[in-house]
Amino acid sequence: MMTAFLNISNGEAIDRKKIPHLPFADFSENALEIVKKGGKPVQLFAYQDGPALKFMAVLRTDKLWVAGCDAPESYPSLTQTCEPFHMFEREMAEQFGVQPVGHPWLKMVRYHANYRKVKDVFGNHYKEDIPGHYDYYQVEGNEIHEVAVGPVHAGVIEPGHFRFNCIGEKVLHLEIQLGYQHRGIENLLCTVKAKRLPILAENIAGDTTIGHSLCMAEAVEALTRVQPDKGAKIIRTIALELERLANHIGDLGALSGDVAFLPPANYFGRLRGDFLNLALLISGNRFGKGLVRPGGVRFDLSDDVRKTLGERLKELKPQVTHVLELLFLASTVRDRFEDCGRVSKMDADHLGLVGPAGRASGLAYDVRRCFPTEYFGEIGIPENKKFTGDVYARARVRYDEVLQSMSIIQSLIGQPVETRIVNASDFNLAPFSFVVTLNEAWRGEVSHAVLTGNDGKILRYKVKDPSFHNWNGLAMALRNTGISDFPLNNKSFNLSYCGFDL
Amino acid sequence: MFSVFKNRFEQGYRTCSYPKEKPAVFERYRGKPMVRQDAPQDMVDICAEACPQDAIDRNLKKIDMGKCIFCGTCERLSNKEFVQFTGDFEISTAQKDHLLTAGDLPDLAEHSKQHFKKLFGRSLQLRQVSAAGCNACEADLNVLATPFFDLARFGINFVASPRHSDGIVVTGPVSRNMKTALLQTFEAVPDPKVVIAVGTCTITGGPFSGSPEITEGLDKILPVDLFIPGCPPHPLTNLHALLAFFK
Repeated sequence: MMTAFLNISNGEAIDRKKIPHLPFADFSENALEIVKKGGKPVQLFAYQDGPALKFMAVLRTDKLWVAGCDAPESYPSLTQTCEPFHMFEREMAEQFGVQPVGHPWLKMVRYHANYRKVKDVFGNHYKEDIPGHYDYYQVEGNEIHEVAVGPVHAGVIEPGHFRFNCIGEKVLHLEIQLGYQHRGIENLLCTVKAKRLPILAENIAGDTTIGHSLCMAEAVEALTRVQPDKGAKIIRTIALELERLANHIGDLGALSGDVAFLPPANYFGRLRGDFLNLALLISGNRFGKGLVRPGGVRFDLSDDVRKTLGERLKELKPQVTHVLELLFLASTVRDRFEDCGRVSKMDADHLGLVGPAGRASGLAYDVRRCFPTEYFGEIGIPENKKFTGDVYARARVRYDEVLQSMSIIQSLIGQPVETRIVNASDFNLAPFSFVVTLNEAWRGEVSHAVLTGNDGKILRYKVKDPSFHNWNGLAMALRNTGISDFPLNNKSFNLSYCGFDL
Repeated sequence: MFSVFKNRFEQGYRTCSYPKEKPAVFERYRGKPMVRQDAPQDMVDICAEACPQDAIDRNLKKIDMGKCIFCGTCERLSNKEFVQFTGDFEISTAQKDHLLTAGDLPDLAEHSKQHFKKLFGRSLQLRQVSAAGCNACEADLNVLATPFFDLARFGINFVASPRHSDGIVVTGPVSRNMKTALLQTFEAVPDPKVVIAVGTCTITGGPFSGSPEITEGLDKILPVDLFIPGCPPHPLTNLHALLAFFK
């Protein structure tokens, strides 16, 4: 491919001098060129480098590409030509007050003042509560009505505001307003002591503890030129798959509950706990907190633990399989799942959906297969793509992945796994360097990008959760769907609020 | 239909007998920390320095469970000679200062507000408010509804409306953007009402301490009756707290 962007690898630290620093026009033109040909943005962010504000983009085709440029105060929006930049440009406008001119829907992302203390792009002074100076999208006409839900929802779930524009029971448009969970994590990551970094990574999204921890660990490992041993890679792979299992099984149970088929809802609820307990078996924490650290893992897979893990999996596998059959063979369940909340492949591609939501709509992308980390290079990961893009397809992707993850773990624990436990909590990062890491967490592509300054301190730490891409997929799925199918569609995506809000 | 019965038979009866018997948790679980106060000062200093949450009071030689995330760094550095995390999951307290501990926690049932037991002992309806945590606390509250814990058998339920509830269960470090919604939910609960803080970041800000976007301690904005520490608290920790405090 002819491009001014530089080809890099997942988790490869490079000298920042090697990153092409282009004039903005070239940066924009090359980025658009790559995305028009089917590439996707992995990261696009602004950062303050001394007095200068700069942009940096990481794009993916079958390879990863990086380039940067000086940030203009305002610039022609990339989203006008390529939709996948949509959220990124809104985020840059909010974080640094740069104006993407011609952006089709320039709305705040998380509702906070910009970091440069320059004029607010959205006309907010942040003394009012969220959403501040913003009128929600409105549909007008006879018999049109609005339903507003949240931020406090009816269940034990995270906060967010949903606004449905309906005609009768049909949803014409769903607007999703997030930001309630914003904790300012990206800024904290640049200021805290090294010992707090892994802890923060674990708490970006607790249900994706391993996914985010791996991205941070790999980034720090690249910047300190430390490689984890083979055993650590195997344990981290097992942990990521256990996380996938617990969440996918929980989701399938919740989906079952939402179509009022209660037996699988209860069985999967209990089985999900069993998989969380397997994370506890290894790490002492049901979410795997405390396990992954730069350089390796803090807990080994002793023969006792390995044996217990194997026994429990052997016991759980038939139970899981039978409940999967119970759920998927029920005609009433299929009737509700099929053709509900359809997202076409074209829409999914334009929105840049990732993970199971993307695969359900025919986008086969899976970081484990395309840019493998840890031990995934040694494991064959199937494409898992489906074609119908409905709730059924999103459930079916999980069905396949649940069975695969159990097999993956079983294949890794047949032999003794040896690793040297890491305890270090301090590290010196290579100065003036850049690294981007990607991992396929259960919701899809998680990515961290780290830039260090001349002093080896973190200049910018950018975190992207897969939910950043996928929330718009949910809004799209809801179009022309009955409002009573919202819970079902919502569960079929099960996106992260805190991962999005950071 | 046959497969429904077949599965039901295979699944069997799964509800634990807690509080009659304590279910076993895996060995690596880190519950209540036991602190040896005769540990040498230099060892204490090393642990205090390495603690990512700065949860160790090096003068009193105690751990603040309101800040601790139970990562086990101090246990490892001191080779269990200063701190040892036990398998005891019954670690909740009625007062925030009780969380600063050497391992001897006051009995929660005795320190709970006795009129709450009379009011809510037979029926307790709670409204959960998630306020900017990582969703792990929410997840481990949610599992209380699964067959293994079966919270409803104790007359305790999570309900949809604050109007139908006897109190709120708050998780997360209360972000700026969530503060009004939290306070309005609290207002909507009829008196007398209970406030329960679940998780380290709710109690002190936890891993997010230092961020201007959050509140470092729910007790700064609401009167908290029950503190459930952990990152996240084990479901059994939550269950113990609710039973000991209200039953």
